[in-house]
Amino acid sequence: MINPKELRYSKEHEWLSAAEDGVSAVGITEHAANALGDVVFVQLPEVGDSVSAGETCGELESTKSVSDLYSPVSGEVTEVNVDVVNDPSLVNSAPFEGGWLFKVRITDEPADLLSADEYTAFSAG
Amino acid sequence: MSSTEPRRTTLDALHRSLGATMTDFAGWDMPLRYGSERDEHLAVRTKAGLFDLSHMGEITVTGPQAAALLDFALVGNIGAVKPGRARYTMICRADGGILDDLIVYRLGETEYMVVANASNAQVVLDALTERAAGFDAEVRDDRDAYALIAVQGPQAPGILASLTDADLDGLKYYAGLPGTVAGVPALIARTGYTGEDGFELFVKPEHAVELWQALTKAGEGAGLVPCGLSCRDTLRLEAGMPLYGHELTTSLTPFDAGLGRVVKFEKEGDFVGREALREAAARAGQNPPRVLVGLVAEGRRVPRAGYAVVAGGEVIGEVTSGAPSPTLGKPIAMAYVDAAHAAPGSAGVGVDIRGSHEPYEVVALPFYKRQK
Repeated sequence: MINPKELRYSKEHEWLSAAEDGVSAVGITEHAANALGDVVFVQLPEVGDSVSAGETCGELESTKSVSDLYSPVSGEVTEVNVDVVNDPSLVNSAPFEGGWLFKVRITDEPADLLSADEYTAFSAG
Repeated sequence: MSSTEPRRTTLDALHRSLGATMTDFAGWDMPLRYGSERDEHLAVRTKAGLFDLSHMGEITVTGPQAAALLDFALVGNIGAVKPGRARYTMICRADGGILDDLIVYRLGETEYMVVANASNAQVVLDALTERAAGFDAEVRDDRDAYALIAVQGPQAPGILASLTDADLDGLKYYAGLPGTVAGVPALIARTGYTGEDGFELFVKPEHAVELWQALTKAGEGAGLVPCGLSCRDTLRLEAGMPLYGHELTTSLTPFDAGLGRVVKFEKEGDFVGREALREAAARAGQNPPRVLVGLVAEGRRVPRAGYAVVAGGEVIGEVTSGAPSPTLGKPIAMAYVDAAHAAPGSAGVGVDIRGSHEPYEVVALPFYKRQK
């Protein structure tokens, strides 16, 4: 499992892309997707919603369980991935790319986001 | 769950080499899935799947009074099972509560193999041993004597036929015969827990790897894939088959579970639970408490075991098993609901999914029946 270097990671297994014009994409990591198994339903925040770092903003249903989706940062949701709503298996097949979940205009971010190397070590432990 | 280290089957290293995600199940470390559980599920429905079920608990009962003992200890008419045939049955307490559901294979005139759920194997062994007092029969713990490999799915007969001379065409559903598969001595049974045609192969543990590899090779062209317990659960759920600990518990009788047909009052002699089961049968006939039904989601949120079933703002039942159904493409569940809401099509039934009442359709079980 390779965690892309250009992303940052939360201990709740979300990733955050580098901001473009203050906006970052959010998804769950391959490690998290593998642990969930086949994702069959995603409930995402809506465009315009405020999300808070470390708080739930949606849920992911897999065969065995339902898991909360946490926002890695605080901000306003600017876009949600309609493709992943229609085809939740993208979370499994392309967690770092086509399986992104939503975009957020960041107002605040926690100090403890992890680098790829740090997250790799964290998720292996 | 056992507090000790989980047990590993003789196929453990093979599962790991295949990249399986493992899970603790009834004290065993078992494959949950190898890749996508949905793909594994669909492979069993359309082609074939290969399962390691070595956690199942085999108990051998032998002796001149083996049949009499099992007729006394279990609710079924076991003496009437012909050698070479098998029966789905249950073992109950004196109060009628279900201790386990079982498959009993009659291997010979005076020899039976009882297959219990892994989680209940010790309970069943203890109960059979205790109930054997006074019978000229021996109850033997054979849990370590067998590995169990299942091949399930429409391609299963063809795959198995390429590895054995046994008469598979003559082997009916719920029958078993000793044979040789890929050079390995096996009890070949036409049973399963998937709703598909298929076989369960009981072999000595030291032959399991060889047999698994031969089946894998034989199934290469037919789309056979290794399958974990995750898809086994969704397969049995679609097929409307109960799982102990979910649809079946000690607080329910077979009649409460809609499986009163497994209780054979007409058999000779007394059996454990007879009196209580008579009363349970009468109660279920006149005034059933709750009824086991199927639920199909109108939305996409998935019901899970323990969620409340609701109607008109009132709790009217409880989900016992729920999952996204790969075959139906919708979430499905089994649930016990009040009799007034149990008829297929009952209006206004929903499931409380973490605080929101999602609409569900009440349907007759099973959700899926294979085309024969």
